[in-house]
Amino acid sequence: MNEQLAKITEEALGKISGAENLDALNEVRVEYLGKKGHITAVMKEMKNVAPEDRPAFGQMVNDARSKVEEALEAAKEALSQAAIRERLAAEVIDVTLPARKASIGHGHPCQIALDEVERIFIGMGYEVVEGPEIEWQEYNFTKLNIPEGHPARDEQDTFYITDEILLRSQTSPVQARVMEQGKLPIRMIAPGRVFRSDSIDATHSPSFNQIEGLVVDKHITMTDLKGTLDEFAKELFGPETKTRFRPHHFPFTEPSAEVDVSCFKCGGKGCRFCKGEGWIEILGCGMVHPHVLDMCGIDSREYTGFAFGVGLERIALLKYEIDDMRLLYENDQRFLNQF
Amino acid sequence: MNTPLSWIKDYVPGLSCTAQEYSDRMTLTGTKVEGYKKLDKNLEKLVVGEVLSVEKHPDADKLVVCQVNVGTETVQIVTGAPNIPVGSKGQYVPVVLDGGKVAGGHDGGPLPEEGVKIKAGKLRGVPSNGMMCSIEELGSDHNAYPLAPESGIYIFDEALIRELGLKPGDSAVKALGMDDVVVEYEITSNRVDCYGVIGIAREAAATFGESFRLPEVKETGNSEDINDYLKVQVEDTKLCPRYCARMVKNIRFAPSPEWMQKRLRNSGIRPINNLVDITNFVMEEYGQPMHAYDYDTIAGHEIVVKCAADGDEFETLDGQVRKLDHTMLMINDGEKAVGLAGIMGGENSKITDHVHTVVFEAANFDGVNIRLSAKKAGLRTDASSIFEKGLDPNNAEAAINRACQLVEELGCGEVVGGMIDVYPVKDEPVRVAFEPERINSLLGTDISPEEMKAIFRKLDLGFDEDTQEVVVPTFRRDLHCMADLAEEVLRFHGYDTIESTLPVGEATTGKLSYKLRIDQVARNIAEFAGFSHAMTYAFESPKVYDKLLIPEDSSLRKAIVIQNPLGEDFSIMRTQSLNAILTSLSLNYNRRNPDVRLYDLSNIYIPKSLPLTELPEEREQLTLGAYGEGMDFYVMKGVIEELFEHIGMQDKVHYEPSCDRPYLHPGRKADILYQGQTVGYLGEVHPEVCGNYDFKEGVRVYVAVLDMPAVIPFTGFDRHYEGIAKYPATTRDISMLVPKTVLVGQIEDLLAQRGGKILESYKLFDIYEGSQVQEGYKSVAYSLSFRAKDRTLTDEEVGAAMKKILQGLSGLGIELRS
Repeated sequence: MNEQLAKITEEALGKISGAENLDALNEVRVEYLGKKGHITAVMKEMKNVAPEDRPAFGQMVNDARSKVEEALEAAKEALSQAAIRERLAAEVIDVTLPARKASIGHGHPCQIALDEVERIFIGMGYEVVEGPEIEWQEYNFTKLNIPEGHPARDEQDTFYITDEILLRSQTSPVQARVMEQGKLPIRMIAPGRVFRSDSIDATHSPSFNQIEGLVVDKHITMTDLKGTLDEFAKELFGPETKTRFRPHHFPFTEPSAEVDVSCFKCGGKGCRFCKGEGWIEILGCGMVHPHVLDMCGIDSREYTGFAFGVGLERIALLKYEIDDMRLLYENDQRFLNQF
Repeated sequence: MNTPLSWIKDYVPGLSCTAQEYSDRMTLTGTKVEGYKKLDKNLEKLVVGEVLSVEKHPDADKLVVCQVNVGTETVQIVTGAPNIPVGSKGQYVPVVLDGGKVAGGHDGGPLPEEGVKIKAGKLRGVPSNGMMCSIEELGSDHNAYPLAPESGIYIFDEALIRELGLKPGDSAVKALGMDDVVVEYEITSNRVDCYGVIGIAREAAATFGESFRLPEVKETGNSEDINDYLKVQVEDTKLCPRYCARMVKNIRFAPSPEWMQKRLRNSGIRPINNLVDITNFVMEEYGQPMHAYDYDTIAGHEIVVKCAADGDEFETLDGQVRKLDHTMLMINDGEKAVGLAGIMGGENSKITDHVHTVVFEAANFDGVNIRLSAKKAGLRTDASSIFEKGLDPNNAEAAINRACQLVEELGCGEVVGGMIDVYPVKDEPVRVAFEPERINSLLGTDISPEEMKAIFRKLDLGFDEDTQEVVVPTFRRDLHCMADLAEEVLRFHGYDTIESTLPVGEATTGKLSYKLRIDQVARNIAEFAGFSHAMTYAFESPKVYDKLLIPEDSSLRKAIVIQNPLGEDFSIMRTQSLNAILTSLSLNYNRRNPDVRLYDLSNIYIPKSLPLTELPEEREQLTLGAYGEGMDFYVMKGVIEELFEHIGMQDKVHYEPSCDRPYLHPGRKADILYQGQTVGYLGEVHPEVCGNYDFKEGVRVYVAVLDMPAVIPFTGFDRHYEGIAKYPATTRDISMLVPKTVLVGQIEDLLAQRGGKILESYKLFDIYEGSQVQEGYKSVAYSLSFRAKDRTLTDEEVGAAMKKILQGLSGLGIELRS
């Protein structure tokens, strides 16, 4: 009995390993484990076994059965893996065929630069606000310490609508508007369009964008201004960027400064990009003039502040190495696609 | 402002540094150097030569062969210059020796970066060892060297040879005054003192810690008294706080000496004659404009400073007649105006070659008035652009005395004794309290009071120990308060030496305004939909209304007009955003860019009244424009609805085709309505408008415009989860025969209204007009989906809803198709 069973089992295992597909495998299952299968038939011999040997016999047949079942399972698994492999092999595609893109539109370089600047300052606790583009001369000039007749009124080549209303020549009037609201402390940036009567050429445009910054609080110092703009320059142009503060004059700040950053092309050694100077001018800034604070109803003996103004186009031109400002306003799709 | 470094060194004798070092350090203390130019750039092996003989060239008619003494030897040079004739000799000329360099070619074109090398060679077979130079070859021009011939070799004139004691072999660079560096400064408007060389020199001295010395001005004049010759009366002392006059008799014109010519020439001023050069020199040196009148043309020998009368006219010395009004200050004689104060003198009193006696004027005028008068007269001169910044009245006296001293020194005439000085209210120094703690707390520094005081001393600011006040001399018109002093301290303490800190104090929330958040979503959705961000101008031409077929009486034509535009094309503030996007699309189309999609997010400007008496409304417009593949009316519509969905506008959007949009295709346009309010429009651009923007016939251009202030009240970022349906939906398809006049939108309104709560959604799946459909009708098919949240719907419930819908549809003249 024993040998017979061993022989059957061996035979079955041989047929399993020889089966070439799932159908063949199923035939083997029926032949050995089916109702009329060889192993089933051996089990039916149970009734001819002495009652005391029956447990051992049953155990023996079941072991054989398990052995064949396991082999069947393993073979089935192997065969279906092979079938999948075969199918997948037949489904090879040429991955180098062109992509089908969703054709997402492109941001404007100025907007991308602005988003960067906003991200940096929002992270430092600044609120982003806006002010009117058509503005009272009083906000554009008088409240910024540029009284009637001040030469700075001519320097900025302002477009006028009436004697009192003009196209703002700077975003600085937003400073006065925010300070007048009297909510302190102030940490804000105000991006927006400004206008000056410059003819259009590679470096000038009668309409461009500025970003104004203003901080007013107790104990604000010039070193805070320097630290803030250092941080800004590093975030915008990379961690190696150095700043250089040069004295300058703006009627609404005192002391005032212009800020250069180390050329991010050559690192400050001097190249064509920075015209050999190693430095690139990027913004104007200073401590809010006490007179401006007072005019806006903030006590200049208690509060101090700093302000800065950045030309957005200038940043975009520098950062993205655009050599002609006119490209920014033409909106040629081939230009925009590069951003 | 351009000033030769050699001139600065006259007042700061200890200054010794390279031009680069000078530029860097001056820039860091606030006198910004824009750049500098070495006048001897590319001038090498350049000496004074003496022409010993000139002979004909054996083989060339236009060439001559010269023997030239260059000090160490005599060289043979062949030249074609017209001003070295055969047989002439004795001329002193600049000669570049073999192996040397000059700056440019003889035609005076742009100078090559590396200069021009000169080598010995043969000209038509005759050896030539070097070159005699024209002024252009030396990098300059006839304007700077009036004695240079229009064409030909520069020949040193006798007076100069005598003055400098020139001999062959001397440096020609030095003889020509080209051993100098011209520095270009950007002077800020607050530093009027730095519009003069003296002011810059004072800054240089403070920057380099060198001593500064003012030019020594000696007393001048003969024993006569100017008051016996001239009377001066100032009627408006507010507009003319000071008027100084001095006189010079027996004028003797001559060229000014080389040292003065060099200063002027290297400052970019053409030397003319001693008298003119002196006034220009003093203007440069002191930053005080001066004027000279011909005494013999001054009627009554009297000067009256007063305003013109409205309607007066005046001929300035450039020959132009200027219209005057009562605000414009004039210099008059006993009978008539002789000068437009501070701006330009008159034709009637100008200095001619025959002048015998001259009146010098050094006055002080109100800056604002000069600025406005110059604007009115349309005449901004060098003098007016300085005066308008508001000068120090005490500088006028120093300047006029300096001029008289130079007259005597140069032998230009005989200075009459005394000065007429109308100066009723003397300008006194400003006093500013010295508060070192406040200065330190503004700067965030810890600078000692002693260091601060030392800085003030360097700048010639006074200090009153008794009152602890800084006494600001009148030449520093920019220092009024603590913050001003803080800047002076920081400039010389060093902007670059202070720490970097970050503000401490109450924390603030960094955020975008609500409107900017909506803008951000709008930009994102537009970009996801394939539109790229365009930036356009806010001003445009009034002609755009005709291009857009906007009728004459349309309120859109009521635009804000710029008083002083760059030109008609930029003269009005836009009242619609279509022109800008169409202009950009047209540019793309004409550059053959296929399939372009652009959006613009910026303002239009709607006046509340014209002319403006209050600020206009600035309404932000989201403008989408596109042409090319994959674009049609419904794609545009889809972008709008996607956007609405993402900014919290979940209600059904309505479209009104009977809107008044003359720039759109009459059959393919609609206003966009949300909750009954017009928030924008969209459509295909009218073919005639497309033509006006240079699109070829047949090109379809689509636009959509959202008026953001109208949209924003409907927006929100609140979202509420409504659950996912648990019970199955029941769908019913209906196929309808719809009269052509009925819009699909009407059907949908009806479905929504009649379907009740259980109508979950409806979807158009077929629309057809054509041969299989009855004339005057279209075939429309919808799939309706019914569902309840809490149960499976019964056939009866759905049937009842369908019945109501079908009844409604038949009311619109719609029949069901079998």
